[in-house]
Amino acid sequence: MFVRMIAKAFLRQWKKMMMIAFTIALGASLATAMLCVMMDVEDKMNQELKAYGANISVVPKSASVINDLYDVGDENISGTYLKEDELGKIKTIFWAFNIVDYAPFVSTQVQLENGDEVLAAGTWFNHHMDLPTGEELDAGIASLRSWWTITDGQWLDEKNPGSEAMAMVGSACAEREQIHAGDHIRLKGKAAEKELEVAGIFDAGGEEDDLIYVTVDTAQELGDLDGKIDSIEVSALTTPDNDLARKAARDPGSLSVSQYETWYCTAYVSSICYQIEEVITDSVASAVRQVADSEGQILNKTRLLMILITILSMVGAALGICNLVTASVMERSQEIGLMKAVGAHNASINALVLTEVMCTAVIGGVIGFYAGIGFAQIIGHSVFNSAISIRPMVVPVVAVLVVLVTLIGSIPAIRMLLNLRPTEVLHGR
Amino acid sequence: MSLLELKNVSKIYGSLHALDHVNLTVEKGEWLAIMGPSGSGKSTMMNIIGALDKATEGEILLDGEDISKKNARALTDIRRDKIGLIFQQFHLVSYLTAVENVMLAQYYHSVPDEKEALEALERVGLSDRAHHYPSQLSGGEQQRVCVARALINYPEIILADEPTGNLDEANEEIVVELFRKLHLEGTTLVVVTHNPEVAEVAQRTVVLRNGRVDREMINENFTGKIKHITLQ
Repeated sequence: MFVRMIAKAFLRQWKKMMMIAFTIALGASLATAMLCVMMDVEDKMNQELKAYGANISVVPKSASVINDLYDVGDENISGTYLKEDELGKIKTIFWAFNIVDYAPFVSTQVQLENGDEVLAAGTWFNHHMDLPTGEELDAGIASLRSWWTITDGQWLDEKNPGSEAMAMVGSACAEREQIHAGDHIRLKGKAAEKELEVAGIFDAGGEEDDLIYVTVDTAQELGDLDGKIDSIEVSALTTPDNDLARKAARDPGSLSVSQYETWYCTAYVSSICYQIEEVITDSVASAVRQVADSEGQILNKTRLLMILITILSMVGAALGICNLVTASVMERSQEIGLMKAVGAHNASINALVLTEVMCTAVIGGVIGFYAGIGFAQIIGHSVFNSAISIRPMVVPVVAVLVVLVTLIGSIPAIRMLLNLRPTEVLHGR
Repeated sequence: MSLLELKNVSKIYGSLHALDHVNLTVEKGEWLAIMGPSGSGKSTMMNIIGALDKATEGEILLDGEDISKKNARALTDIRRDKIGLIFQQFHLVSYLTAVENVMLAQYYHSVPDEKEALEALERVGLSDRAHHYPSQLSGGEQQRVCVARALINYPEIILADEPTGNLDEANEEIVVELFRKLHLEGTTLVVVTHNPEVAEVAQRTVVLRNGRVDREMINENFTGKIKHITLQ
């Protein structure tokens, strides 16, 4: 009888039920789209934020002290180096997942065939790594220096055989020395002399345009710097700093145990720097503050905006449901009064009305969920130029939101049902 | 033995005494009519007897049990188990068929049984209209469905509030005839009406005025059959 009553009530007031389902579908679709984008935005933002370059710089401890004292910039005048074989450890820190890219640098002075002195920088271009965690990573300046323009030739691809005999030349140097892509240049370092093919000419719009970029092995060979690294640039996703992060950045030792745990387990730039220093011997990791702050803030603001849209869409849906369900109950007050008169308890009538509304909510929720996935894909393609991956977590979250919103939206109607007296609706008094 | 007993029952709305210290007794198997002009307290009394409303003061004994102090939940149980209600406006659920409307009372009482509901409709002469919706039934037929619904749970007492108020003469006769049959079967009937012809067929008539029992009349020539007066 219960099912029969539900089914017939549905058929009788299908227009109203459709309105309720539509309202829920609208709210659920927005919530689904925003949740899908929000859960996937970290990956998307990783790709987008790589364009900002590195936000953490790692140098040997002594170089850092000299730099702080004399402000000599990036030049390694201390004669101390980082160890190349420790580079992989960066992807083993607690916040390894937040390290989206990094590249080592080792520089050496070289002489061209015509006797001109030029700085050769060894780095990773798209260095492939098999990490101890089983992950694979292609790291290097190909993505860290995404703003570089290749004016001639192409990026040096480390995956190609013979890439160690190739180089990329900055546009200023290439213009001065009349070097073009495909040319062969001979570099004479203090330990070796090498002939390299120019893979491409790049325009970085800065001092880098005077350099010649080669692979790490080549630079080490030229400068007799085997296994040595000048610096590392790291691109990491970070949380904006707060008082705790600023206190920790000054002195992690000043934190209490619980503060230390909170700080260590939050992706503050200072805690990531601290963890990098833990794995790279005699290193100092420091934040390129503006980039680190703006990345974290962009991510947080984007998330906040999506959470707000989700909340607003659900509040809107709840208000819509509230009006529609209350109107439906008012319209059926005589029928409900009769049920009470013939012996129905409040619980039975509430169950009847809530089942009707919940069935409608399920239909609306399912339609809204699939529409939301569609919206998410539209957002993904128009904002990030790629599809948004749907996390399984979205399904229960949207289901819980739909149930909660439907229940909350039905509260006024339920209150009306509880207060409805049969004599008032059956006799008009 | 008294099935229903009202002792000094009053219902007060602000300064209005809808019922004012009413005393009334209904015997088991009796057919009682309650008459009175508009505002005399007929429907208020009906609501209180039918456990749809609570008296402001006084005692109401139904089958020996004082229901005047019961809470809303207990009153719902009493309505469900002991009282069959018939309304002037029928109050059938529009999207349920005749038989489903009868089964509705069964559903809230115990277990719906379509066969039994069809038998109840047969008793009121509507077995052939069982699967029609209220909108497909005449007023008289709707009121008979209402009677079947009131009967389905074998109540101790049937309360009818202006049961013929919306019916034409022919249907009025059919409904009164149904009441007569029920009375013969031993059902206790309390019928509120402003129609003297309907009141006259009852065994006893109580006339209310200004919330008080104005007078009582015993029908010495009780037949349970309606006699229409034709105006010349």
